[in-house]
Amino acid sequence: MTVTEDRPKYKWVGTRPIRPDGYDKVVGKARFAADLNLPGQLHAAILRSPHGHARILSIDTAAAEAMPGVQAVVTGADFPNLDATNSERDVAENLMARDVVLYVGHALAAVAASTRAEAAAAVAIIEVEYELLPVVLTLDESMAEGAPLVNENNVTMFVESDGPSNLATVNALERGDVDAAFEAADLVVEREFETSWVHQGYIEPHACVVDVGADGRADIWASSQGHFRVRSQTAAVLGWETARVKVTPAEIGGGFGGKTTIYLEPVAARLSEKSGRPVKIVMSREEVLRATGPAPASKARVRIAATNDGELTAIEGWLGYAVGCTNDMAGFIGAMSVASYRFPNLKLEAVASLTNTPKTAAYRAPSAPQAAFAIESVIDEVAQRLELDPIEVRLKNAVVEGDPTAMGMPHPRIGFVECLEAIRDSDHYRSPVPEGAARGVGSGFWFNIGEQSSATVNLNEDGTATVITGSPDIGGSRASMALMAAEELGIDVQRITPVVADTESVGFTDVTEGSRATFATGMAVVNACRELIDELKSRAATILGVEKDAVDWVDGAAAADGKDPLSLAAITAKAKSTGGPLTVTASLNAGGAGPSFAVHCCDLAVDEETGQVTILRYTAAQDAGTAIHPSYVEGQMQGGTVQGIGWALNEEYVYDDDGSMLNASFLDYRIPVASDLPMIDTIVVEVPNPAHPYGVRGVGETGIVPPMATIANAISSATSVRMTSLPMSPPSILAALGDR
Amino acid sequence: MSSNKRSRTHVTCTVNGDEVDFLASDETSLLDALRDELGLTGAKEGCGTGDCGACSVLVDGRINCSCLMFAPEAEGRDIVTVEGIASGGQLHPLQQTFLEGAALQCGICTPGFLVSAKALLDENPDPSETEIRYALAGNLCRCTGYDKIVRSVQEAAVQLRGATR
Repeated sequence: MTVTEDRPKYKWVGTRPIRPDGYDKVVGKARFAADLNLPGQLHAAILRSPHGHARILSIDTAAAEAMPGVQAVVTGADFPNLDATNSERDVAENLMARDVVLYVGHALAAVAASTRAEAAAAVAIIEVEYELLPVVLTLDESMAEGAPLVNENNVTMFVESDGPSNLATVNALERGDVDAAFEAADLVVEREFETSWVHQGYIEPHACVVDVGADGRADIWASSQGHFRVRSQTAAVLGWETARVKVTPAEIGGGFGGKTTIYLEPVAARLSEKSGRPVKIVMSREEVLRATGPAPASKARVRIAATNDGELTAIEGWLGYAVGCTNDMAGFIGAMSVASYRFPNLKLEAVASLTNTPKTAAYRAPSAPQAAFAIESVIDEVAQRLELDPIEVRLKNAVVEGDPTAMGMPHPRIGFVECLEAIRDSDHYRSPVPEGAARGVGSGFWFNIGEQSSATVNLNEDGTATVITGSPDIGGSRASMALMAAEELGIDVQRITPVVADTESVGFTDVTEGSRATFATGMAVVNACRELIDELKSRAATILGVEKDAVDWVDGAAAADGKDPLSLAAITAKAKSTGGPLTVTASLNAGGAGPSFAVHCCDLAVDEETGQVTILRYTAAQDAGTAIHPSYVEGQMQGGTVQGIGWALNEEYVYDDDGSMLNASFLDYRIPVASDLPMIDTIVVEVPNPAHPYGVRGVGETGIVPPMATIANAISSATSVRMTSLPMSPPSILAALGDR
Repeated sequence: MSSNKRSRTHVTCTVNGDEVDFLASDETSLLDALRDELGLTGAKEGCGTGDCGACSVLVDGRINCSCLMFAPEAEGRDIVTVEGIASGGQLHPLQQTFLEGAALQCGICTPGFLVSAKALLDENPDPSETEIRYALAGNLCRCTGYDKIVRSVQEAAVQLRGATR
């Protein structure tokens, strides 16, 4: 179901063709990073710290170097020591420790050998002498007075700071008169919340193949969300010029934010340089869980003031994120994510602090799910206590164009109200709650980003087209690029071949993140097509013998009064005689990314004997702006929702006292499976983003934000127990029911 | 540990209808043999512990995690991988409905889902939604939330039943 505002009638945008890369992916031909092998290639294994925090006193690799098949060994000493001003210093420190290991799983040496087994055997006999240091595992420990330092290089950002600290960032926001508002309130609800670390859980482990030639140039094949960043980070970590590194994007087997940074490529490059052979590194699932991702654990305290008729007059909140072993913007972004309700009076502090756990990474709408779990739960409780409909309370306070976020930026045209109305008017919300079940609703927001993109559009001799971009295709972006190009050029989408090109074959393009690919790279494609059409009109004028101004572009053909239309193919056939190849490259730093709101509704049952929660029915409404390929928009919404359901009900990192993850496998870190779930119904709301030629907002992020509170709110309706800690797994629900 | 160069077993089996042979050490998984010895990289390693199903293949018609099976155990067996599901240039109905139903986003889990779904439909041509969800519960997908996968399997089942009527 789609709610569509009045908009131009499109021929291709909004249709559902088979994606151009689909065939290769259903026959097993698509090449993911681990699928590539080069002649003479070596396999590398990485030595990882068994300790949560320790000084490396010595590393002895002599025995490993003498092992059969071993061709090269590297340690932190093989990499330049980047100074504090280098923006990739933390990345470098994370992918190969120098003096101190900061978490269990921190890499500190690597071996390349003829076979994986030989590499693993050699890594196992590297001798390391450690001096154990105190391990800091929780936000409370990290922020305690006199806490041991997690990372002696960390300096607090956004506030005056004297020397190293565990605090990563502090952001304080205030508007209005919060104290007076709470004084005057009819109702005040305050709760504290806690969430665990969760992993992005992409099914493809990180992998790369790197070949450094005798000329010192590196060829890299890797799976990432942005191969230009793989290039820049790899060059920075190695101290190389960017031009020495070429990165070819493999198909990417899921990322969700977790593949926006590098872990392996410089290590493989150094091993390749030392051995003179291509080097392949493929992480195990255990390595993925211990050394990549996760999203920060969090705590929050939220207090909301309301009038008896459900007006939310003030919010006072504290958001804390445990960001792992290096500085991170999670706290700042968490504060940015508070943006859904007007709150005339607001006082918010967001902090992030370091822990001896893996360096955290972005995970779909980073920092917003933790904040929304808290705020949306408290708003639900306000509605419960006032005996008001939870959608009506949200409608009464929802932001519209011009209202400020917590940071104070005014919202552009947004579709939050439309999403609330879509759920309110949905068959799901209007149906009675089934016997034995309970219902909850919740909302979410993500601001989305623009950033830099490039696109080259080549028209071929026969009027077909190749659309070349630098945005890795995680979930159907090739299809959306082809659709927008078809709409612009006026040719059949099947005549367009979208390509994701390497770093030497297309202009610079930022990472596929922040729901930006279809928005920003799509704009580059549209701009290139428009420039091409201008050129096509010139060529047509030459062929037809008319002034260029007399030529219009209509339905894929040049039209001039009194002349037969000249098709795109008829013009490309004469390219040589009218001025040469028809090709245009467009690049931009896209502004005007449109925020995307979502509202979810869930029916569930709680088994009070086991604590098991069963999701019975789920509907997600989200503002896509314009859905270029609706199937993949729905897919983003459904996938984000189910990741949120996993975060709500099952997923968590379990650490022992030394900071070793006890559940580092897909058996014990349990993500949702098909039998855990019902269908996820979607309502694609379309409130076009005025800053995009087709109104695109970007839909990847927001879907993960509402589910935790939506489910907690339903559990509260079912049991009268307010769950404030994630995951809401059977043991925690049983414990909460016992306290009732 | 490095014995795979020194002592290797000669294995003969059928893969996607072709009789093949290869050398494999005792500790080589069937998955590694398929990928490294036979160049069939459709089956993926998502975990190596039998928890994600990305390496699913049919062994004598039954679904197996090829990461948990030693390559020498394939001796004399009939193996089908995702590369063997289409026949004569014609996609299997499951492959077609996965494409039309947008049942894949990143596509890394798709080979395993197709093989598992084929095993289900070979056995049970008219599964309920619940039966589909349980039959596919050994395959992890992190992109789709399973909705479009389940619908695509339902649609393929309808088409296959129509074709055999």
